[in-house]
Amino acid sequence: MTKPTFILEAKSLDVFYGDMHALKNIDIQIERNKVTAFIGPSGCGKSTFLRVFNRMNDYIDSYRMTGEVLMENQNVYYKSVRVDELRKNIGMVFQKPNPFPKSIYENVIYGLKIQGIKDKKFLMERAVKALNQSALWEEVKDDLNKSALALSGGQQQRLCIARALAVEPSVLLMDEPTSALDPISTAKVEELIHELKEKYSIVIVTHNMQQASRVSDNTAFFYMGDLIEFGKTEEIFRNPKQERTQNYITGRFG
Amino acid sequence: MTQIEQEISALRKELLNMFLAVNNQLQKSEMALLEFDKDLAAEITNAEKRINSLELKIDRDCENILALYSPVAVDLRFVLSVYKINHELERIADIADGIANYVNSLNSTFPKKAITEIKMVEMFAQLKAMMDNVIEAFEKENTSIARRVFKQDELLNLINSTASNVIIENYEESSAESLFYLLSCVRKLERAGDLTKNIAEELIFSIESKVIKHKKNRQ
Repeated sequence: MTKPTFILEAKSLDVFYGDMHALKNIDIQIERNKVTAFIGPSGCGKSTFLRVFNRMNDYIDSYRMTGEVLMENQNVYYKSVRVDELRKNIGMVFQKPNPFPKSIYENVIYGLKIQGIKDKKFLMERAVKALNQSALWEEVKDDLNKSALALSGGQQQRLCIARALAVEPSVLLMDEPTSALDPISTAKVEELIHELKEKYSIVIVTHNMQQASRVSDNTAFFYMGDLIEFGKTEEIFRNPKQERTQNYITGRFG
Repeated sequence: MTQIEQEISALRKELLNMFLAVNNQLQKSEMALLEFDKDLAAEITNAEKRINSLELKIDRDCENILALYSPVAVDLRFVLSVYKINHELERIADIADGIANYVNSLNSTFPKKAITEIKMVEMFAQLKAMMDNVIEAFEKENTSIARRVFKQDELLNLINSTASNVIIENYEESSAESLFYLLSCVRKLERAGDLTKNIAEELIFSIESKVIKHKKNRQ
């Protein structure tokens, strides 16, 4: 059976934090093996939306959601769905690098160990593969037992990407993954995103407009909980259809 | 106004200056040719230096905006179109300067009869109308005014296509040199019409994001 073109989908999605209507009737289809960027001003709902896909909002007290969220046509909010299984399929990388205070190696295989995998050969193979994929291998191959906290910020972030990749997810969610990095580390992560989309579908939240235009195939612009415009990145940045999108990307917002 | 808006507004003013300076050169070249005014021709050649430095200044401003402000969407299209229009205008100024050079290097006046028959006055008037339209279109960001020049250019093409015959018919009455220069002026003005059309196309791209270059139907 051929896989659906869209790996993630939201249908008539509404999200509330208490009385605050954080996302309003969102319909979107995220393409497989593409990079999709979410842009918009702070508080527009883009990070909340990113977290909807791997159910990161479930434990927020005032959080309420209606509508459907699908991965590979399966509703991820069905009772039968195990959240740990879901997150194996949908990895996440956060704004600040957050390695565990353990060795580089232990960080990478953390997710696999949680799954109960003990085969050392298998774990090492996966670790090497993930570190290669995250373009960190050459820099750390002789120091796998060194503390992850001794790495630079850019290396730590690529380690977190390796940790997310080690469990071989199909989707990678990235919430402002380079906002704490210097330009060289940022360029490395962006290059990495470009390479990873061959195997993974990536959704990235970014405040950096140039980053969205450089790394993504599709761009969604959110404003005050509404999805204002969604389309091919080159169309959004060359000739957006909505005036609010144009005002935002040209810096005329306010 | 944001920084990029200020830069773009300044660039708009610069290009308008360039438009007006080039239009002025064209009008002077008409006078110089029709009146055989060598002083005016020298004035055109002097002003050409100013136009060249204005061109370089606009080029540099475009480059700076691209490098420093990363314009996108409407801003990016505007900067790209200014960059191209700037070059088209400089070439139109070269045409005015070329006509001035002919006036300067000719010893005898252009033959009046041939000037009339070749429709030189009509040609200049049509080109001026076209330039006025692209300037107004640029100032008002109005693409329907810009689109007028495509039709207007047809008259320049028509005059150009009949010019050779007029020269042949006048061959025995006038000096060959003055007739050849006159024919070259017609060719140059026809070319100026094409460059003005290019400017209209760039304005339409900038405002409507529509590429109509090399298309038959420009509506």
